[in-house]
Amino acid sequence: MNTAQYKTWDEFTEGIWRQNPVFVMVLGMCPVLAVSVSAVNALSMGLATMFVLVCSCGLVSLLRRMVPKEVRIAVYIVIIATFVTAVDYAIQAISLALYDALGAFIQLIVVNCIILGRAEAHASKNPPLPAMLNAAGMGIGFAVGLFALGAVREILGAGTLFGITLFGASFQPWVIMVLPPGGFFVLGAWLLFFAWLERRKLRRAAPTTEAGQHV
Amino acid sequence: MTSAPIEIRSAPHVQSAKTVETIMRNVVYSLLPICAFYVFQYGISALASIAVVTGACLLTERFFVRTGTQAGRLSDYSAVITGLLLALTLPPGFPLWMGAVAGIVAIALGKALFGGIGFNVFNPALIGRAFVQAAFPTAIATYTPSFLPGRFTEFIPSTLAWPLMIPADATAWLKAKNLDALAGATPLAKWKFDGVLVNADELLTSLSGNMAVGPSPLLILLCGAYLASRRYMDWRIPLAVLGSAALTAWLLFAFDPARYPNPFFMLFSGGLILGAVYMATDMATSPVTPKGMWVYGALIGLLTVVIRYYSGLPEGVMYAILIANAASPLIEKITQPVPFGRGVLDRVKKRATYPLNPGYISREEASAVTPKKRFLPNKPKK
Amino acid sequence: MSDQPSSDKKVIPIAVAAGEAAVPESPTGAMIRTLGLVSAICGLIIVGAYQGTYDAVAANKRIATERAVFKVLPKAKSIEEFVAQAGGGIARVGAGDTAIAAGAVKFFAAYDDAGKLAGIAAEGVGKGYADNVRIMFGYQPDCQCVVGIGVVAMRETPGIGDKIITDREFLANFTALDVKLKADLSALANEVKVVKRGSKTDPWQIDAIAGATITSRAVGKAINDSAQALLPRLVPKLDTLATKS
Repeated sequence: MNTAQYKTWDEFTEGIWRQNPVFVMVLGMCPVLAVSVSAVNALSMGLATMFVLVCSCGLVSLLRRMVPKEVRIAVYIVIIATFVTAVDYAIQAISLALYDALGAFIQLIVVNCIILGRAEAHASKNPPLPAMLNAAGMGIGFAVGLFALGAVREILGAGTLFGITLFGASFQPWVIMVLPPGGFFVLGAWLLFFAWLERRKLRRAAPTTEAGQHV
Repeated sequence: MTSAPIEIRSAPHVQSAKTVETIMRNVVYSLLPICAFYVFQYGISALASIAVVTGACLLTERFFVRTGTQAGRLSDYSAVITGLLLALTLPPGFPLWMGAVAGIVAIALGKALFGGIGFNVFNPALIGRAFVQAAFPTAIATYTPSFLPGRFTEFIPSTLAWPLMIPADATAWLKAKNLDALAGATPLAKWKFDGVLVNADELLTSLSGNMAVGPSPLLILLCGAYLASRRYMDWRIPLAVLGSAALTAWLLFAFDPARYPNPFFMLFSGGLILGAVYMATDMATSPVTPKGMWVYGALIGLLTVVIRYYSGLPEGVMYAILIANAASPLIEKITQPVPFGRGVLDRVKKRATYPLNPGYISREEASAVTPKKRFLPNKPKK
Repeated sequence: MSDQPSSDKKVIPIAVAAGEAAVPESPTGAMIRTLGLVSAICGLIIVGAYQGTYDAVAANKRIATERAVFKVLPKAKSIEEFVAQAGGGIARVGAGDTAIAAGAVKFFAAYDDAGKLAGIAAEGVGKGYADNVRIMFGYQPDCQCVVGIGVVAMRETPGIGDKIITDREFLANFTALDVKLKADLSALANEVKVVKRGSKTDPWQIDAIAGATITSRAVGKAINDSAQALLPRLVPKLDTLATKS
């Protein structure tokens, strides 16, 4: 148990970089591709998912000792669905335009495998604080991934970022970027970029490991 | 022991002097008159467009060959073909920066991603065109009429748009040349949206002035005939494409002449001839079996006419070829020739299928030694 | 953390061997208690969220509708929601009513500062290139014409289909689009028609956008269908709406 204490920070950063749900685990692709049309949409979706992730993991972790194995999935789903409903109302209250833009994908957070995966694999076995930290890391990682897609698609597809015009009025929008194929192209490009980073790291690390340094 | 002098080798058993490079070089030669005619039609804008698109293709190819992510060499001319064909399918006044995007996407997405020459599933030039069509739908639908006065000294205004910026509107420029905005519509768009039909004989030569058309279909057919006669291209595919398109269009025309245009208009308008002769016949993306070529070509012709008639788009050759590209492995599979020794009507017995990818070869022991003595007396020289 | 996996290993073989009823760790009572407790907590959270956001959501919805109506009827300052029933009557829709009877057409009566009728706004739907195009149009009883349109929802191709909200020449069609009724008030005197750009001759025709014909037609059809359904029922009762109730 005492190892968990200094592992906490590690658990937090894990989801942001090493186990990034979008770029490393390639999980939850449905909302990633569908709502990353603009940076605002992507970021709101990321934040909504993160909120659900943190709250449901916290509650699951609190209840972890009294949930019987046989009904655990049912319990997790009920908890997740609860927070999704709350987020649904909250987004409607904040902005109807945003709610229309995100569409069914808010409700579909329920079936986002990242959340159930975190609840089952981590929150059900750890005390609330590390569980929520880990969930927050994952949520930030997911939001960052969504934002990376949304920003590129908005810049190329509309010439704006967060609605601010970047290239002046005569910018030619790349229509394909706001259409579904654009989501796949940009995701593919990002995956390619991270694969290239990874390979470069390995290539650079190879001679230093021979020299006895720790990776 | 005396083992039988049988050599087990995979095809090809007969070699000829024809290499990939020879074929590609000849295709480029045959494309040159078409490009020259295109430049003659549209002047320096067309020349700049061809140069920039081909240049973008070559640079992208070079990059991917250099980084080792793609097979093939730069000198095999395949990227030149992609670039020239792509430039010919784009409007003459297409902004140069968009042309460069199309060229980069064509090679990167259409070819390098699959592993280079011979591995691509789709025709790279059409991938590039499909991308820019989806990305810049307005620019790609903006044509300018051919044979404008002063086309060799003056660029079409949209050609020189700044990178990432909207090209200049050609309407005012056309007005200054005493042409109405409709002159910039392709014959297919005119027919689809305005119900104006252009005569087929005008389309065949492309020589009558101020029409928004590509290079003359007659010239393309001649260049294609050269390739086919030298066996650098299979004549079955273009014939199947054109035949099936003509048949479909003729049936519909016979059914309701008021609603559907005559088959000759269908054949000679848009990019059907160019697509049939140069794009559908791309060796890597079309079936290799003779029967498969007929099926593949017929599918393209049918889809082209169906898309032109029943979709929101005026032109359908590009998507027809891309869909047929995707179907060609399947077509190849179902049109496998019957193995020697079995009649055409003689149904294969249930368990005695002839495997497409003969598993028995790979199941042989790895240690099996290939006999040194060769069975074929006229063995090919290395 | 360390004892969890080991207890797993113990539980599973027993469960398989002796059947589910015999698992000592989780009797039915405990399961029901847990599920009940979780449901209670979750129910509380949902009710709290619903109550906490109810006013804001309702206000947002009202503002969104008002904004859409004000866009097509610039003089309007407040709106009231009505339905024109299938039988011919007109009924006011209260704040809580959401169910609309079959055949009934929803519309908004807009009033100016003085409480006088500034126009009628209604929604229409037409099949566009990608999906249905839902528009809101403003109807002016004085001239019996459509005086403005706005798009409620569409998924047309950006840069082509969405010109219907930016193209000035196209929007100029809707400054006084004629939707007069026949003398017997049974249907429109002239159907709203979309024609090729530049060939508009009559006030009930709409000049299409070149290159976006399908979307233009969707707009024309949306106005035509909605007006055909609504106006024959609405026009005879216009007097009842003349001032704000």
